Amino acid sequence: MSAIAFPIPDQSILARREEIVAGLGRLVAPDALITAEDERRPYETDALTAYRRLPMAVVLPSTTEEVAAVLKFCGEQGVPVVPRGAGTSLAGGAIPQEDAVVIGVSKMSRILQIDYANRTAKVQAGVTNLAVTGEVSVEGFFYAPDPSSQLACSIGGNIGMNSGGAHCLKYGVTTNNVLGVTMVMLDGSIVEIGGAHLDSAGYDVLGLINGSEGQLGIITEATVRILRAAEGARPVLFGFPTSEQAGAAVAAIIGAGIIPVAMEFMDKPAIEICEAFAHAGYPMDVEALLIIEVEGSDIEMDAQLARIVTIAREHGVKTVKESKSAMEAAAIWKGRKSAFGATGRIADYICMDGTIPTGQLPYVLRRMDEIVKGYGLRVANVFHAGDGNLHPLILYNCNDPVEAQKAEDAGMDILKLCVEVGGCLTGEHGVGIEKRDLMSFQFNPEDLHQQMRVRAVFDQSWLLNPAKVFPLEGRVAA
Amino acid sequence: MTLHIPTTEAQACAIVKSVIDSTTPLSITGGNTRAGLGRPTQTQSTLSSAGLTGITLYEPAEMVIGARAGTPLAEVQKTLADRGQMLPFEPMDHRALLGTQGEPTIGAVAAGNISGPRRINAGAARDSLIGIRLVNGRGEAIKSGGRVMKNVTGLDLVKLVAGSHGTLGFLTEVIFRVLPAPERIVTLVWRGLSDEAAVALLCTALGSPYEPFAAAHLPAGIGAEQPRTLLRLENFSDSIDYRSRELIALLAAHGVPDMIEGEASAGLWLDVRDARFFAGTEEAVWRLSVAPTDGPKATAAIAARVPGARWFYDWGGGLVWLAVPAGEDAAASAVRTAIRPLGGHATLVRAPVAIRAAVPVFEPLPEPLMRVTAGIKTSFDPAGIFEPGRMYAGV
Repeated sequence: MSAIAFPIPDQSILARREEIVAGLGRLVAPDALITAEDERRPYETDALTAYRRLPMAVVLPSTTEEVAAVLKFCGEQGVPVVPRGAGTSLAGGAIPQEDAVVIGVSKMSRILQIDYANRTAKVQAGVTNLAVTGEVSVEGFFYAPDPSSQLACSIGGNIGMNSGGAHCLKYGVTTNNVLGVTMVMLDGSIVEIGGAHLDSAGYDVLGLINGSEGQLGIITEATVRILRAAEGARPVLFGFPTSEQAGAAVAAIIGAGIIPVAMEFMDKPAIEICEAFAHAGYPMDVEALLIIEVEGSDIEMDAQLARIVTIAREHGVKTVKESKSAMEAAAIWKGRKSAFGATGRIADYICMDGTIPTGQLPYVLRRMDEIVKGYGLRVANVFHAGDGNLHPLILYNCNDPVEAQKAEDAGMDILKLCVEVGGCLTGEHGVGIEKRDLMSFQFNPEDLHQQMRVRAVFDQSWLLNPAKVFPLEGRVAA
Repeated sequence: MTLHIPTTEAQACAIVKSVIDSTTPLSITGGNTRAGLGRPTQTQSTLSSAGLTGITLYEPAEMVIGARAGTPLAEVQKTLADRGQMLPFEPMDHRALLGTQGEPTIGAVAAGNISGPRRINAGAARDSLIGIRLVNGRGEAIKSGGRVMKNVTGLDLVKLVAGSHGTLGFLTEVIFRVLPAPERIVTLVWRGLSDEAAVALLCTALGSPYEPFAAAHLPAGIGAEQPRTLLRLENFSDSIDYRSRELIALLAAHGVPDMIEGEASAGLWLDVRDARFFAGTEEAVWRLSVAPTDGPKATAAIAARVPGARWFYDWGGGLVWLAVPAGEDAAASAVRTAIRPLGGHATLVRAPVAIRAAVPVFEPLPEPLMRVTAGIKTSFDPAGIFEPGRMYAGV
């Protein structure tokens, strides 16, 4: 695929490469600077692997002060900077460009402090999402946002993309779970925002930073909220004859005052793909599957499930299957969380990420099917039903350039559909390069200019992750 | 003094455009019940949201409500209650504390990021605010966010505007995420605990699997002679029975609590939410946000320097409501000095105009953040016409 444009590399920067690399070498330890082509190669893309650009150099600092020195240098030299967490962005948020220096936080992976009384954890930005929960689970606590890539993705990247996950229906997304950050600004100044307390002193700059895709500065540390886990959790499978019935059941459950901790939807193609991979015991004779997770004590879960089952029966549920053991529960989640990987075993795919008002679900499912069929392709749907966050997986063959282009076009049509029904271009993956050129479909010029003027407060010269989020044309600096 | 009351967003844009050239500063008001929040400003004109009313969107099954900014908060709450739902963050009503009249509006809840006791569990107003429309200082109508709760499309200007007290623009419409109202609410009340013991109890409870939705401590003399420590549970009735039993057992070392429900419970939490213990007095009132276990440390440091200081705790100890003799500076230096080593921030919520003009009302910001703050203000409001100086001098 080649539809998404990158800025033309600045020849004057490329011409100074040796000088710039030498300058970086004076700022960080030798093993923190990667210059050889074969060693830079792993940093040329992220999880949007169809696009690659080899960066000029990669720096992997170990301290906030090193990040500050490198950023200050790049700012003074006018060199673009691409911040990188674990490189798992599906939207191309961490893809570099030829005239840029990648600053990766992977070496900053220490958990600094756990405070159970105040329910906070202070961590470095390169700590993986799952490592936070791993550290505090011994005391029965967890970190709530749980993107499917949580084994690999970093807290810094999660903040950059305001990541979500299956359980944010109840616990919120990253921005609702971060209390403070240490951020390095482009001029090298180090700023502490928030802390272990709630809410901000002045403007909510912390809220602005969450989801800013590395365009305001580089996060080096974060204080996140940790929560005490419920006494137990139980996922239950509900198989429905039609997607409409499943969607109506979701609405009725919420309407009855029940907020399950997760409500995940899979359509028939997704069920087949995931079952073949995870052997989770998903029913194969249904058109739509809901994984609904309840939590609490055994008695509480029984009571809540009874309410949910009653509602599901009123909406024609065909199969109800409770997990009877921790192993069965794990298998149910394994199937869902490996949906992307399992799909990758049968075909190449693009994973889209848009959000719709849940009431539009039956219409959107039908239209998506029409759109993808119109391009002669197939789609498998998994999504977070409680909050309307869709993840259609468009299947194609990446060795066929015509088909690859069709898949990308179908994806763009689906995102436009999300906006048309009142939703948005991205629920939890971010804009990156992938959706950059659709921003003007969701926002008018005044909306975008206001965002860009705020961005310019932090980076007047468009050096921080410059090819992302905003269309390349029509940029304003202040 | 000119009062502008636009009835459409387009009119609001035209009004703002008409004052840009003369850089006539505008006060922004809704129901005018929180006019005393912040630093006093010098403005000749007022832009009111009173003409922008009505609920624009309500989808109970999608848990989302939208309303024009001037819609009375009470109307929003009634609409939600009729369908068994509520705003998750229990917004405070400032009328009792500030001695004001009028109807609080939903726009002001967003502009002030106004939350209440439930914030400790369910997040602040800013966490539930998912979409806004506002007129910026160029007279342009802009939108950010929308009606879906998961949305990471572009910079989150919604958060910036929440809590900006009208300094970034004139809100015309706000969209909030809502939640089902609980079937049953009970409050457990322990008596006789010291501040430290009470906060330890609240922290243990908040770190338990039994999910308190509100956690407060009222020291001796705040509403009663004896200290009271409060935990509120909200849930289905059978869960309440189970969880209260488990919590009482978990916290047995602190004594046996009373359990109250209905009016008695609701009234007590209204007193906490609205800081009514300090209503009608001459004292200056501060609101401190610290890590919960730092709450008693902050009050001890302040008490040592400010005779007559009184306080109570919400948010498990992390929100300190503090009343001090107004004096000449509302004990500002004692309060700020107490907070500084702990981290956190203090806001002077109630004080005579002369004091609010003389001492910083919002926590002073360190240099890189102050520069960013001024830059953000300029990016929305280049001519500086919205509530100039309301939060910080020159912003």
